[in-house]
Parts: sequence; structure tokens; C-alpha cells
Amino acid sequence: MSDMLYEAPGTLRAALALLSGANGKARVMAGGTDLLIQMRSGRIEPELLVDIKHIPDLRAIALKRGGFQFGSAVTCMELIEHEAFARAWPGVIDGVKLIGSIQVKGRATVGGNVCNASPAADSVPALIAAGALARIVGPDGKRDVPVEDIPTGPGKTSLASGEIVVSFILPKRLPRSGDAYLRFIPRTEMDIAVVGAGVNLTLDRRGFCTLARVSLGAVAERALLVSEAAAALVGTKVDDAALRQLAAAASAACRPIDDKRGTKEFRFKVAGVLARRAAEIALQRAGRKN
Amino acid sequence: MSTMIKYEEKDLKVVGTRPLRPDGVDKVTGRARFGADYSLPGQLIGKVLRSPHAHARIKSIDTSKAEALPGVKAVVTRDDFAEMPVEFALSGELTVNFHDVTRNMMAREKVYYDGHPVAAVAATSESIARKALGLIEVEYEVLPHVIDVLEAMKPDAPLLHEEQYTEGVTPRPDKPSNLAKRMVFSRGDVEAGFRQADVIIEREFNTKPVHQGYIEPQACLASYTEDGQADLWTASQGHFVIRSQCAKVLQMEVSKLRVMPTELGGGFGGKNNIYNEPLAIALSRKSHRPVKMVMTREEVFRATGPTSGANVRIKMGCTRDGRITAAHAELNFQAGAFPGSSVAMAAMCTFTRYDLEHARVVANDVTVNRPKVAAYRAPGAPIAVFGVESVIDEMAKKLGIDPIEFRLRNAAREGTQTYYGPKFGPIGYVQTLEQARAHPHYSAPLGPNQGRGVATGFWFNIGSETSSTINVNEDGTVTLMIGTVDVAGGSRAAMAMMVAEELGIDVDKVRPIIGDTSSMGFNFITAGSRGTFASGMACVAATRQAIDKLRQRVAQIREVPVEAVLWKDGHAVPAGGEAGQFAPMSLADVAKVAGRTGGTIAGHAEINAQGAGPGFGTHIVDVEVDKQTGLIKILRYTVVQDVGKAIHPAYVEGQLQGGAVQGIGWALNEEYVYGDDGVLQNPGFLDYRVPVASDVPFIDTVIVEVPNPNHPYGVRGCGEVPIIAPMAAIANAVENAIGIRLCEQPMSPPRVLKAIDDAAGAKA
Ligand SMILES: Cc1cc2nc3c(=O)[nH]c(=O)nc-3n(C[C@H](O)[C@H](O)[C@H](O)COP(=O)(O)OP(=O)(O)OC[C@H]3O[C@@H](n4cnc5c(N)ncnc54)[C@H](O)[C@@H]3O)c2cc1C
Repeated sequence: MSDMLYEAPGTLRAALALLSGANGKARVMAGGTDLLIQMRSGRIEPELLVDIKHIPDLRAIALKRGGFQFGSAVTCMELIEHEAFARAWPGVIDGVKLIGSIQVKGRATVGGNVCNASPAADSVPALIAAGALARIVGPDGKRDVPVEDIPTGPGKTSLASGEIVVSFILPKRLPRSGDAYLRFIPRTEMDIAVVGAGVNLTLDRRGFCTLARVSLGAVAERALLVSEAAAALVGTKVDDAALRQLAAAASAACRPIDDKRGTKEFRFKVAGVLARRAAEIALQRAGRKN
Repeated sequence: MSTMIKYEEKDLKVVGTRPLRPDGVDKVTGRARFGADYSLPGQLIGKVLRSPHAHARIKSIDTSKAEALPGVKAVVTRDDFAEMPVEFALSGELTVNFHDVTRNMMAREKVYYDGHPVAAVAATSESIARKALGLIEVEYEVLPHVIDVLEAMKPDAPLLHEEQYTEGVTPRPDKPSNLAKRMVFSRGDVEAGFRQADVIIEREFNTKPVHQGYIEPQACLASYTEDGQADLWTASQGHFVIRSQCAKVLQMEVSKLRVMPTELGGGFGGKNNIYNEPLAIALSRKSHRPVKMVMTREEVFRATGPTSGANVRIKMGCTRDGRITAAHAELNFQAGAFPGSSVAMAAMCTFTRYDLEHARVVANDVTVNRPKVAAYRAPGAPIAVFGVESVIDEMAKKLGIDPIEFRLRNAAREGTQTYYGPKFGPIGYVQTLEQARAHPHYSAPLGPNQGRGVATGFWFNIGSETSSTINVNEDGTVTLMIGTVDVAGGSRAAMAMMVAEELGIDVDKVRPIIGDTSSMGFNFITAGSRGTFASGMACVAATRQAIDKLRQRVAQIREVPVEAVLWKDGHAVPAGGEAGQFAPMSLADVAKVAGRTGGTIAGHAEINAQGAGPGFGTHIVDVEVDKQTGLIKILRYTVVQDVGKAIHPAYVEGQLQGGAVQGIGWALNEEYVYGDDGVLQNPGFLDYRVPVASDVPFIDTVIVEVPNPNHPYGVRGCGEVPIIAPMAAIANAVENAIGIRLCEQPMSPPRVLKAIDDAAGAKA
């Protein structure tokens, strides 16, 4: 590796200036749990690392206009330990909790998980199901983008050069809502999702589903928002027939590959199974008084 | 020196207790020095250029640009190593051929697998060395390759070695092939046996190559001097064998090469062979600087030996009352790029747990475009046994006989004639079966989608060349020099305990160390479960020699005949009777005056240990199968094993647990995944899935002790047996849970789910 500069600016403005001055040879670093591994393996050779963990705004978790907003440099452990957030979005926490070990989560961020753009990233389907927006700031100003529009393929995002994700904005939580995320791995931990499924739903007073969002990970080149699967739930009591339809729609939405982690055939099947299981947990959580 | 010390029953004070291991504190505080922890002033970093092709002819290698890069101090290729004739030597349980060893460490005419070394560079930094690798120009003529063992056996398969004619078949084939060798082990008349059978079951099984999964990648440091001497630090299971192999391929005199053992971060059979060591020495010779080489995990996977993947066919017959009448097996093992898999070992372990009149095993050793296989814990045995124990389970089920009862009806016992050679002395197979049957695990209730399986394993255990020295220090403490590497199982503790027991002193008064190759006589590798058996015997022999010297010294000091002096509880005491009275002397008393009464007291032994005691084990496992995802969860696991004598029971339990966990990994998820291009796709622990701690329950152990009559404390060895049964036990449990017999390993979720769907499809 050739010489590399490391900077840890204290303001967003300084971070943006550093990035725009590096003509594409710079990388944002949050926890570094993906970045350092990619550097070590020789996959990337950045000339400048811009560490965003010292920017106070990027480390805050706050309730704004009834909805949660958290900074992109908030670590996974900070999010998990934030009780109010965890109560509102248990499914997002399901995903975040699965990222590596406690030590890894002590450094890793949701921002890094999204921007690393792995199709198997565990927090991403849960965030998509939650309807989260990412706030992006760059040389041309600020924009809010649904999380599903950020990763575009393995290792690729829709971020323009010099842009930073600064925070994630979740919608105001309605009563009788619940979300859940499940992933399939052949082991119990320290593995990478072969299939991931996030489901978020809201019920009316009579128990009919009024809103639903379903997202699948690791079954395509990026995490998918599967509206057909969500449609299978809306207007139902999330009964067996609806869950079957949900599973079928989830399987149908997959466009997986055969690889060392699992066969296509397996991913089709398990996507349906997990979507259903996640919906069952989300349903149970929605029925819980909170 | 006698090479056998007989077992004597006696009251034990140290053996059988659980003291802390001598290497324990260093390991938990991070002080222990493993291979990569050694450095020398001025050292260079060595890196290897590896083949990107599974099979190719090397047309040319141009290193000039790499040599010109500032910071590069030496480059070596095939031209720096001598051609080696065909010459065989033992290396662990397997045999190596130096003609192939030299080609495996550095390709000559052809590259035979993705990762095969082609050149090595030593430079002042790792990044320069890496850059230099990119500057080496190799021109390849890419050849068709073959990865699968059955494909490789086909007549029109791509051929690895043009000069390889199958050994062991008559007449000699007129064409070369990938079938390197065929061996047949047989007893009785198998066809006649099948005619007596009421039930015959024939099945085919397939397994994938698996890696030993040691945590420490291979690492070494070499320093070659201008007068032709070399020092080598390397993480291996047997530094004397590493010395022999390096001296041979580098054409050095053995005395000029000194090999220092390091702490070993796991080996399990994978660290019996040379890889980077001769390259590091050659680079040091060329650069006049010490050279350090540490493999990356990717290199470990691509280029060091896993165990074989295999195709196994088993046919067995039995009578209605569950007596096996005939057994036949065909074992087709991948040897990797060069011949010499563990198929012969596997063949001898296939049916050995049973008393069979008619048995035959045909063993085929097949070359394929994969890294040359190495030993892995009970080399080969788990593969063959997976098939046999599955078929036995099926026979028992068919006849409605309890699977342990079925095995008891056919079990090998003392006096049983094996089909491969020896007749068994005292063995504990029946005891392991009986204790498993009596264990609460065997009768515990099971829930839905849960099942229980049983399987058993046999391993020879081995002895071989071993030496040991004890030095009594001036304060009465003892330094014990062992020549067999402690492969992290805790054998140093066990040796120190046997020495303490013999001397009648506390175990913390014995400090065991592993000697280097220049400080003691030759020691064979720690392999085949020989460490505590063979090295233990050498330590006892060395201690008994020291005790004889202590008695002589006391006789001289006290002016009594030597027969009047008895060594008891750490003291020289009067033998009693007519022989003469004197004031007893402790070990410390003698040590204090030893220097001025004739010199320090030491004992040493150089033996070729014989009489290893065969080991047997019975495993019980409960699983739960998620029928919608194919995930198998291990709920409960019990290992019952005859170890002869557990010198340090905690470390014996550790061996039984570790073996079972490695077997669970083999059964569930571990496999090498190759692309159509013959390139390994999962060279790392993310996608080569060994079990993590939360994947396995606490492994319960039951130690059975049927003493080996040929060891002073009855030791058999215990490291290999526990990895043999898990694959079959888990497959049997899965069958018990969901009624589907899986004949392919690993039983990963995609395979299991497919089997479930296929079975449902067949029913519909
Ligand atoms: C042992 C281990 C286990 C793991 N297990 C899992 C797992 O189970 N599931 C899982 O999903 N992941 C896992 N990971 C991967 C990794 O930890 C996660 O993806 C993590 O969330 C990355 O966050 P980070 O802050 O460390 O990102 P970094 O490594 O800092 O950054 C990752 C990428 O995102 C970019 N980036 C980071 N922040 C921003 C931002 N605010 N704006 C723009 N670009 C940005 C970086 O430039 C880089 O390209 C594991 C990693 C390790 C080492």
C-alpha cells in the first residue's frame, strides 16, 4: 500500500471539504469494520480516510416530530442500548443485533452497513421495511432518499462523489405496529445472511393489517422492497392464507444466484419461509401493548 | 533400551489428577510465542507467488523485473531446488515421496492446483514483497483439469501425471491414469458371506475435503549462515521430521540444520509437512538475511493439505438375528495433486470395530487438481466409517434391533482377528457400547423433528521413535525435555505428571520443555495419538534411568550396596532386611550434593515405542431438523471412549470434545467449494464454515479406562478416535428425526432441504 492520510474532522463542513478535495481517492470511515478489511485484502487502496466519528451531529439519537432520527456514525451498540428506540423499532434492532459480535458492534454503524452496500447487510432490509429515509449531504446540498435507493449492487451505491449519509429518519410510529427481521445462516452467529427478511406492519383496532412493508436481503444484487408481499398482508388479519401468499410473493420476488453460500433453489424457498416467520413475529409485536 | 514398558497397577498420587497446564498462563496472557511471533534483526519478509490455474504447464518464469525492484533481496523458483528421485519417507500417518515433496513446495514442470507455489520473493517489507510478486512473469499453457474423484477415475479424464501407472493392479496398466494406487485388504470369502445373509444393504456415500481448521496459519523464520548452517523456527507437529524433509530437499547435512519448535496453534495432522520452510531457508541462503514467512488464511486454504474428499461404496449383509455375515467396501479417495492420501488408513479402520469372518476393502488413491491432502485426525477413518455406521444403522432399523445392541452382537473383543492384520489384545469397545447404552442420554425423551443417532469409531494409535531427557537441578527440581511437540492438547502436563509420579514429587517441581532438534535424539511427529503414549513411555524410561543413578549415588554416599537403596515417595530409603540401614535422602538432598559426589543426575531415553493400544469410542447425538430450512441443530452430544488411562482427565475430555466438534463441523457445513475453473471459492473462515461455539452444546464425555498392557500407566492415546463417529452419528440422528437418510456430507441446509423436498416429491 502507498502512503495514506487519515483525518478526523470535528464538523460536517470540514469532512465535506476534505472529501471534495480528494478527487474520488478518499473514503468515509465510520466504524471501519468493512473498510479496514477491504484495505487489508488489497481490494481498495484509498489515499485519504475521513473518519466521521468525531462529528457530534452524526452521533446523536433523537425524537423529532414524533419520529426517530439517528446519526450515521451512531454505533450499533449505542442503538441497541437506546431503550426507547429499541421499543419502537424492535425489527430494526433485530437486524442491528446480528451485525458481528459485541466487539464489532461497538464500532460498526448502520451508516456503514448501508453504504458498504452488501446485498446481505443485516440492518438494511429492516430499515427498508421500516420505511427509513437516509439524509445525504454533499457538495450540492442536502437530500432525503429511501434506504432502498442507496445500495444499487454489491459494493455500489447511488451516492455521488463527496456525499455523506448523515442520518436516518424513521417515520412516526403508529399504534399497533410491529416489525421484525430474520436472517438465515447455516450457523448460529458470525456468518453472513444467505437470506434476510424484514417485515413491518400496522394493524387497525379490529386486527386488520392497514400498512405493511416487506424487504428481502441476500436474494438479489441489493436488498429488495417487495410490495407484492406487503400487499398480501394489507386488508387481512395476517392469517394463514395471507401468510402463505406473503411467502409465495417473497419467493417470487427473489432473483438469487447460486454461490458458495447457498443455491438459488434454496434461497427461493427460504425467502418465503423467513418472510412468513418474520411476519408472525411482527404481528405478535404489533399486538403487544407498548 | 527396551521399547516396551509393561503396565503395572499401582496407587497413583499425580496421574489422574487435574493440575494446571505448564503452558496455560502464557497462553491466557498472550505471552506464548507461536510461529509468527519469532523475529530476528535484519529479517526479510518472504512471500509466495501462486498458480491461478488448476492445471497448467509452466513454459517460462521471468523474475528479472522483480529482482530489479528496490528492496527485493532474493527470488527463488524451481531452478533453485534440486530434482529429487522417487524416495519415500514417513510423515505423520502418511508417506511422502521426495520426488513429489519438492514439486509441491515449488512447481517444476506443471502447476497442479490453484495456489501451487511458482516462485518466492524475500524483500525488506511485506508490501515490497507483494509488489515483486506482481512483477514476476509466468507463461502458462493452461491444461484441462479435474476436481472430482469419480471424474478423475474415468478413462478420458484430464491426466495429472503422464508417468503415473496404477500400482497394485496386475497386469500393470498399459496407460497412465489418475488412479495412483489400489490396495485390497481382505479376509475370508465375502461372496460366501453374502450368500449367508438375510438382509443385504448397499449404499454409496460422498464426502467433501475438509480442512483441519487450525487457528494459526503456517509460519516460519529461517536464518542461513555463510558457513552453511541454518536455524529454523517453525510451527509444526514434528520439528525433527521438518528437519529431515528440509535437509533432503535442500541437500543439506542434517547436523547443519537446527529446528526450534514454537507453540503450536493447532495442527490436527495439517502441520506434518513442509511448505514455506525450505523456501525460507533458500531465500535466506540467497539473500544472506533471515527470512520470515507467514501464510495468509487464504494461502492456508488454497495450498496446504486438507483431508480427502471421497466416494465410498459400502455393502453389508447380516442374518435375521443381526449377525454380520459379510462386509465389502470400495473407497475412492482424492489424494490431491500427488499420490498418498489416507485411504490405506481408512481401509484398515473401515470395519475394524466388528468381528467379521468375511470382509474386503478396496482402496483407491486418486490424484486430482487440488492441493495435496494432508493428515487430519484419524486420517481417512471418519470418511469410511460414515458409510459403514450408516449402513449398520439401517440394518439394525430394518431388523428392529436397537443400534447399540446390534453393534454389541458383532463387536470386536480381545482375541478378535482383524481383516487387515493383527489380532486384538485387551480392548474396550464393548465397554464403550455398554456405557453408552446405560447413559441417561440414551433414554432421554425426544421432541418433534428430533432424532437420536449412534455411531462408533476405531483408531490404531501408534508408537514410534521418541526420546526424552530429565535433568535433576541443584535444588531438587526437575527439567524435563520432551522431543514431541505439544500440539496444544496439554501433553506437556501429562508428561510432567508421569515423571512426578515416578519420582514421587509434586508435579509443579517438574518443568517440561520441548527440546530443539540439536538437543536430543530423533523424535517422530506428534501424530496418530502417539504423544502421551510414546513420549510418556520415553519420559518414564528416562526417569527410571535417573532413579537408578540416584540410587547408585546414595549407595555411594551412604556406603551401602545399591540393592540396599530403594526409591520411594521422592526419597532414597533403606530397602530393609539385611541390606543395610541409612538415613533416607530426599531428591533435593541428593541434588544438593550431586555436583561434588560425581556430577549432576540426569536420565535419558531413546526408544522406538511399540505396543500402542487400539482405541474405541461410541457417540450419541440428538438433533433437531428444521424441515422448512434444512437446518440441523445439535441438541445433545455424548462421547464414550476407552483411552486406556487418562493421565490428565481434563485434557482427555478436551480431546474428546474437540474431536466431536470437528466432526460436527465436517458433518454440517465444512467443504471446499471449487468453481468450474478449478479455483477455490471459499478460502477463508467466513465461507468455510467451521462450527462456532454457539453451534454446539456442551459435549458430555465418559472416559472408559481399559489399560493398555504395553504402557507403564496403561495409556492408549485418545486424540483421533473422537472425530471418527460424528458424521455417521449425526446422519443417523437425522434419519431418526425425519426418516431421510443422507448419504452426502456436509449435511448443509441446502442439501438437507433438497433431500426433504425430493422425499416429499417422491411420496406425492
Ligand atoms: C467479524 C465481523 C462480522 C460481521 N458480521 C456482520 C453481520 O453479521 N451482518 C452484517 O450486516 N455485517 C457484518 N459485518 C460487516 C460490518 O461490520 C457492517 O457492515 C457494519 O455495519 C459496517 O459499519 P462500519 O461503520 O464499520 O462501516 P465502515 O467500514 O466504516 O464503512 C463501510 C463502507 O461504507 C462507507 N461509509 C461508512 N459510513 C458512511 C457514511 N456515513 N456516508 C457514506 N459512506 C459511508 C465507507 O466508506 C465504506 O465504504 C461484520 C464485520 C466483521 C468484521
